[in-house]
Amino acid sequence: MKAITKLTLALTLAGGVAGAVSADEAAIKARQGQMKLYAHYLGLLGGMAKGAVPYDADKAGAAAASLAMLTKLDSSRLWPEGSDEMSADGTRALPAMWENGDDVMKKVMALGEAAAGMEMAAGQSLEALQGAMGPLGGACGACHKAYRAPDS
Amino acid sequence: MFKVAGYVAFAMLLAGAAFWWITTPERVRENDIAGLAGDAVRGEAAFWAGGCASCHSAPGAEGDERLVLSGGRAFASDFGTFYAPNISPDPVYGIGDWQAADLVNAMRHGTAPGGDHYYPAFPYTSYARASLQDMVDLWAFLQTLPASTVPDTPHEVGFPFSLRRLLGGWKFLFTGPDQVVAGDLPPEAARGRTLAEGLGHCGECHSPRNALGGIDYTRWLAGAPNPSGKGRIPNITPGKLDWSVADLVEYFTSGFTPDYDSAGGEMAEVVQNLAKLPIEDRRAIAAYLKAVPAVE
Ligand code: HEC
Ligand code: HEC
Ligand code: HEC
Repeated sequence: MKAITKLTLALTLAGGVAGAVSADEAAIKARQGQMKLYAHYLGLLGGMAKGAVPYDADKAGAAAASLAMLTKLDSSRLWPEGSDEMSADGTRALPAMWENGDDVMKKVMALGEAAAGMEMAAGQSLEALQGAMGPLGGACGACHKAYRAPDS
Repeated sequence: MFKVAGYVAFAMLLAGAAFWWITTPERVRENDIAGLAGDAVRGEAAFWAGGCASCHSAPGAEGDERLVLSGGRAFASDFGTFYAPNISPDPVYGIGDWQAADLVNAMRHGTAPGGDHYYPAFPYTSYARASLQDMVDLWAFLQTLPASTVPDTPHEVGFPFSLRRLLGGWKFLFTGPDQVVAGDLPPEAARGRTLAEGLGHCGECHSPRNALGGIDYTRWLAGAPNPSGKGRIPNITPGKLDWSVADLVEYFTSGFTPDYDSAGGEMAEVVQNLAKLPIEDRRAIAAYLKAVPAVE
């Protein structure tokens, strides 16, 4: 399937609509970058939650604020139609994402709420921060479960 | 290839079944558990440790819907596709007319109230290691859940595996040891062993199986192909997994891996269940994973 798509892609490229394809590629890279940034800020929060990094209220608060800000990026620029894993290379986003817009929005909102919860909690105390990790993990995981292809 | 394995399996199952028929199936009677009072609060913990909702809730159920055990999820295997039945308290479509001893027989012996053998897609080979008290508590909890009138979906299994009676042979051949990691363990890891080898049924996914579908106990938790056909289920022995205890506890709590990606595949639901256990239990499972023999 993918091989066929690649072939059509190559033919379309030869046909001269290269612009559209690289825009998709850029969007794929950008959204993966957004995901990596989530993970990056979580690295500090999670490290504190686990006791691997000493708890520091200011640093935790700043990381949580950044994380919350990241959830507010305009997603229409990141998920263009036709950039799913059946149509494009280098992505694990399932086509189902584009078929279930309402549910995806729900999951994005759920992440926004969990991140806001972490923003409230992180600067308060270590216990509050630890308590906010579970809902965040649940929000990230729920979307991956539904809309990300398994790691091959 | 599978055909040959299938006939060999059939022959062995027959031989095993012959033996099974001349042995009396083990059954627990209501009297045997008369002294045990079920506690629904403890039963809820056993329910999440056992992950019953991952299989018996409706396909795609989320949140509180996971407490409606209407069945219907499909499980692919080398032997066909199995569908989890309705185990809600409905007396007609579910198991509302059962008694505690029936659940004990199902979980401990893989035997239905009428005497039929269950398919091991229902992971009773692991559940058999749970205590009678756990099962009686679980029964008390199951009765507090909503009833559902969704009818069962018949399994799609071909001959010879469609003959339930032959499963007696399977059971005889593959009933596992009481403890997989035998011997004395420190108390926390020992508690983890009870949870992980029993109700947690980690080995059902994380251990490889032989041609007949039995768990290969020499490669306990050393990883296996995913029966869904996609990817592999990872090796979680210290031979491969180098996560710290704190990393493991975080993973079982929030689903975050040490690089803050989230648990995927079937493990995402396992984490949803483990997250509902007391943190001591998650620590115990982590301690157990550190004590399991390393397999490369
Ligand atoms: C609305 C759905 C959704 C939510 C919410 C979500 N993700 Fe993702 N994530 C995806 C999809 C889809 C991909 C695959 C993207 C691709 O390959 O194009 C992905 C990929 C990733 C990756 C791999 C990036 C790479 O390098 O390819 C990481 C890491 C990640 N997500 C972390 C997170 C974390 C942490 C959170 C929560 C803070 C989160 N995600 C929330 C949908 C989501
Ligand atoms: C991996 C998926 C899976 C998990 C986890 C699982 N089950 Fe099942 N269960 C099944 C399947 C499949 C069957 C059908 C077996 C058969 O028909 O032989 C079944 C059958 C049953 C039955 C028999 C129902 C009947 O109508 O005869 C009971 C009772 C049951 N399960 C209870 C439980 C409990 C309690 C738990 C949690 C401790 C649990 N199951 C966890 C898959 C699962
Ligand atoms: C229904 C099948 C299933 C069961 C039951 C199960 N797991 Fe998993 N587990 C998986 C899969 C699939 C993955 C891979 C997750 C992924 O791709 O992100 C996994 C991943 C893991 C990992 C992360 C390993 C890594 O290298 O990423 C750990 C740790 C783990 N499981 C522990 C357990 C423990 C402990 C239990 C029992 C309490 C358990 N699992 C029960 C299927 C299962």
